Amino acid sequence: MSASGVASARSVSEETRFTAGAIGARVAPLLAALASVAVFLAVWELVSRRGLISEQDLPAMSTTFRELWSMMHTRDFWSAFVETVRGWALGLGIATALAVPIGIVLGSSQFALRAFRVPVEFLRPIPSAALIPLLFLTLGTTLKSEVFLATFGAFWPLLVQTIYGVRDVDPVALDTARSFGVGRFERLYRIKLPSAIPYIATGLRISSAVSLILAFTAELFMGTGGLGQIMNVSESFGLTEQVYALALATGFLGLAIYVAFAAIERRALRWHPSQRLEAS
Amino acid sequence: MSRRTYHAAAIAAEIAVPLGIVAAWQLWTVHAQDPKFPRLSTILVQFRELWLFSQFGLHVVPSLERIGLGFGIAVVLGVALGIPLGLSRWGRILAMPHIEWWRAMPPPALLPISIVLLHSIGNRQKVSFIAFFCLFPVLLNTIDGVRGIDPTMIETARSYGLRGFARIRRIVLPAALPQIFAGMRTSLSLAVIMMVLTEYFSSTSGVGYVLLISKNTFQLAPMWAAIVLIGVLGYVLNLLLILVERRVLAWHRGWRAAAAQ
Repeated sequence: MSASGVASARSVSEETRFTAGAIGARVAPLLAALASVAVFLAVWELVSRRGLISEQDLPAMSTTFRELWSMMHTRDFWSAFVETVRGWALGLGIATALAVPIGIVLGSSQFALRAFRVPVEFLRPIPSAALIPLLFLTLGTTLKSEVFLATFGAFWPLLVQTIYGVRDVDPVALDTARSFGVGRFERLYRIKLPSAIPYIATGLRISSAVSLILAFTAELFMGTGGLGQIMNVSESFGLTEQVYALALATGFLGLAIYVAFAAIERRALRWHPSQRLEAS
Repeated sequence: MSRRTYHAAAIAAEIAVPLGIVAAWQLWTVHAQDPKFPRLSTILVQFRELWLFSQFGLHVVPSLERIGLGFGIAVVLGVALGIPLGLSRWGRILAMPHIEWWRAMPPPALLPISIVLLHSIGNRQKVSFIAFFCLFPVLLNTIDGVRGIDPTMIETARSYGLRGFARIRRIVLPAALPQIFAGMRTSLSLAVIMMVLTEYFSSTSGVGYVLLISKNTFQLAPMWAAIVLIGVLGYVLNLLLILVERRVLAWHRGWRAAAAQ
């Protein structure tokens, strides 16, 4: 580590921007990042091919991608993929439909917030994974179980973010609106909701990841149809290459969701410059 | 309504609502007579019989050990990697693609792989798995915390001749600490979830294992007691971390209050 620290990191970025020109300064980091990924993939290939970790335990990178490619030509893969995405979308959608209105109510009223503080604080840290056996016995291996689990997990970050967002509304703006005779509903719609949107966007980004994790968990542990379920089957048949290929596919799905919701979050923050508070 | 009565009503509601929910649960389970939803009182009796403390050493201690080790490793690694990455732009450029990939990977997708790769369903696999996924919140928050340090502070430290490790220990680490703690809180709740997942997927001990066994043998009361225990564990661990944070960051909040005046 160079002794010059943060200041140098900042001045380096300034320097490159001015001396090497705008294009060079943008391309060089991108190339470096790509090279870094390439090195990782090459190391993966070599570790497996050279037998540092046997190919039975760690299929080579090329083998894994080839396996994924051939799986992508099967119907089963895509129907499982669609099932996972469906579980994720329903979980996140229902969680949003519940958490945002409840969050607005709890955030708008000090009284309601205090009344429900203890139940929320107790329910929030319950790991949703603990509910799997209960769901298995009550709702069974159905889409309902998967959606319930995903909804339960995705609900809390969104609820907390919405409450924070509504409470963070500028009191001057609210008072001004009130003194201009703006009604209760319009105040909510015109002032509270817009000011809460960046927080809700952050909550959505967190919850979109949680919802996918729990949809996949339900499939892996309960056998609800989807990528998790075929991974469980491949694992029990000892088809390691398929397990790795499925993990890769799930990783790409997770990355796509993360990139999409991070972009939504950036957009929501762009027109609202105030700092946000990331709760969880 | 006067301020005083409002205050009293709020406190009353704060006590009454949770009690009401608990009472409703008990009444509903008594009324429903559904074996899948045993009475709350039955669950609590079972909870006391199992966890206070006859099975505590057998199953709770291994789970706590896994959480503690995994979380501890994640915090140490996250801070140790996060500080240099926060300080070095090129370090971030090279490392971020990997960090972004693994933080977006749904953890259960790696559960079967972790067993194959580590040849273990014991603590080696469980602790590594917990540590791996708890690493990212600490790492990302450390990077952010270090990047957010006021440059004046670094310049001042430099002009006072503080360099290298001393500067990191005296300036960088304390300044990033509030955000590191924010990452630790996320990681700790993640550690509890990862503990349940790893123990639920091939294991021979732990709270997650009890959950699995009681489900497989249709012992509903022990299963509910295990769910309650996991909830209590999550709550208590979070509370403990907040207490530690308050102590460690006492200087920081005081400093902020002084600066705000």
